[in-house]
Amino acid sequence: MHLLLLPLAAVDPWILSFSLVTVVATIGMGFWSARSSKTASDFFVAGRSVSVGWNASAISGEYLSAASFMGIAGMVMSSGYDALWYPVCYACGYLFLLLFIAGPLRRFGAYTIPDFAEGRYDSPLFRKIAVCFVLFIGFFYTMPQMKGAGTTLAYIFPGLPYWVGVVLVGAVITLNVSLGGMKGITLVQAFQYWIKLFAISAPVFVLMAVFGFYNGQLGANVVTGETTAPMAMAARAPLVEKAPKDTAWIAPFGPLTTKAVAAAAAALPADQRAAFLADHQRPYSLLYTYSLIIALVCGTAGLPHILVRFYTNPDGGAAKRTTMWVMILIGVFYVFPPIFGVIGRNLMPELYSGVGAKGTDKVVLELPTLLAAKFGVLGSILSGITCAGAFAAFMSTFSGLLVSMTGALAHDVYGRMLRPASTPAERLRAFKISAVLIGGVAVLLGCFVEPLEINFMVGQAFAIAAASYFPLLFMSVWWRGMTMKGAATGMLTGGLCALGAAALTNFSTLATDKGPMGKVFVGFAPLNTFWAAHPLLRILCDQPAIWAVPLSLFLMIVISKATAAQVPADIRMKMLVLHAPEELGLKQEYIQEHTAGAGH
Amino acid sequence: MSSPTPPDNDQIHSESFLRLLMRRQLKLSIACAATFLVVLLGLPLLNYFAPALMATRVAGFTWSWLILGVLFFPFVWIISWLFIRRSIALEAAEVKSVKR
Repeated sequence: MHLLLLPLAAVDPWILSFSLVTVVATIGMGFWSARSSKTASDFFVAGRSVSVGWNASAISGEYLSAASFMGIAGMVMSSGYDALWYPVCYACGYLFLLLFIAGPLRRFGAYTIPDFAEGRYDSPLFRKIAVCFVLFIGFFYTMPQMKGAGTTLAYIFPGLPYWVGVVLVGAVITLNVSLGGMKGITLVQAFQYWIKLFAISAPVFVLMAVFGFYNGQLGANVVTGETTAPMAMAARAPLVEKAPKDTAWIAPFGPLTTKAVAAAAAALPADQRAAFLADHQRPYSLLYTYSLIIALVCGTAGLPHILVRFYTNPDGGAAKRTTMWVMILIGVFYVFPPIFGVIGRNLMPELYSGVGAKGTDKVVLELPTLLAAKFGVLGSILSGITCAGAFAAFMSTFSGLLVSMTGALAHDVYGRMLRPASTPAERLRAFKISAVLIGGVAVLLGCFVEPLEINFMVGQAFAIAAASYFPLLFMSVWWRGMTMKGAATGMLTGGLCALGAAALTNFSTLATDKGPMGKVFVGFAPLNTFWAAHPLLRILCDQPAIWAVPLSLFLMIVISKATAAQVPADIRMKMLVLHAPEELGLKQEYIQEHTAGAGH
Repeated sequence: MSSPTPPDNDQIHSESFLRLLMRRQLKLSIACAATFLVVLLGLPLLNYFAPALMATRVAGFTWSWLILGVLFFPFVWIISWLFIRRSIALEAAEVKSVKR
């Protein structure tokens, strides 16, 4: 009894009420719009009738996950300049999507990647392979969302174990999805974008007004060659021992990209360290930076749940304007999280000594409490708002992911492969069972990842998408010589290699954890000795995109050339549908032709 | 899209039309992507080869921080705006050339 009451006594009522309102509003809106739409296809039709503004907000709302809301600020605080590549590439990846993939895919009339895979190659087998990757990438992407949930709840209820938050949030959203389904989610997602933007920007403006602006906060850090910072701050707290030095933090090629080399240097005898670092540090971190850029930019163009959302607006001009607005909405949002990181470094350096849910990942939630000390209630309200934003972040992305993964399992696996003859009622039940199943697995995985950084995990999901779906979509759209075998080999090899490499580095990081996870993964501890001896291999496994994306493209070209006889017979018509303007009405013609063919 | 069959059937389905179509669209996409990639991939190179220049202060920011943390977003918006304008114009021209 006492154990239950104790944490509740320490809870800030403002934080609790704002978070509760967000959760209740999300669930309520989900149910409300689920009731107002009648058929399953209402989901897409609703998308078609939604205006550009709402649709763009909805896409942005789903895209901005816990990694964007909490992870980027935490990573900028812990690693400095190099972490800025994350927000920039998250936002700019959309440009690649717009330039090469969006238009053709929309003309083709495919709503999911498995749909496209089957339609482009006339191969049901390829649909199955594509579905597997929807699940792989989805699970990798849910893990950081779960960590965000665990961190936030542990913050709101001090003393609550990390896993309780994961289970609780996972259960609520799973229930929501399995009852409400995918109908009418557009409204909820759009609403959550604006919560998130408000929750990230309002505290930043107040914090900057009180403690000094972005440039002043950044100017308090010394650059190499400077003896004193140009804009020294009185309020700046002394850095703790674990914090990176000013010069390394503010400059490119800092702690994030040089981790592997630093570990390798530490394993060497003391007299060789300086020479080793001078030789390897900068070239290797340049390599790391490029690999990260490739993963994020190409990965955005290949994330399955983003692509699905992207096509809720299939009208030509409107879809393009929507993309433009998505890029603006996302870009505006991404200016703010790094500011949290910069201010956090100056005012809350004690977070550097925390690990897991108590480390820099919670800087977004923790920083507004500084205002509570100065302004009382106003500070508490701002803390409440950021917590509400965090809730909106992992709830919207997790429900979007859950819907797309459940859809893949219930529609593609159950409905198309296991029981093609199942009735609609059976499929509906399959949807609900799948939702619970996938929600359960996601919660289980989420319990393991407390020691890993939110943003790092998302980066790996992007790397896997970059090595599997991006080459598939890009080549299928622009090269008519692609065959199913080439596409499948390239996608599988690239994606699985990236998946394996990412899993290896995660296991070895978990093995060093001081908590229970260290014991579970203790078998992978020797890997860390290997990484120390081979820093280059460590970087290539950490950030696999730089070799996995070209590998995948290369295999696609070679295998397709070898199996050139299997290029689909109506490839010219397919290409025409992909590239000719919609006004010519070719899609209609193509689909009629196909149904006529099927009737023979 | 009132009539499922377009007016000049043969021209649309000809090999030369498809080639022209894809080449024009790809050219536009590649031009935009190249502008973007030169800046995106050039920035690490600048950081690598001209660290002192990029560490120069601009109102508290360093050049490298200001470019990546703030200026990069509007730059991408401009590229995407130009692309959308051009590609809508391109599609209109394609439709016109076929329907004539």
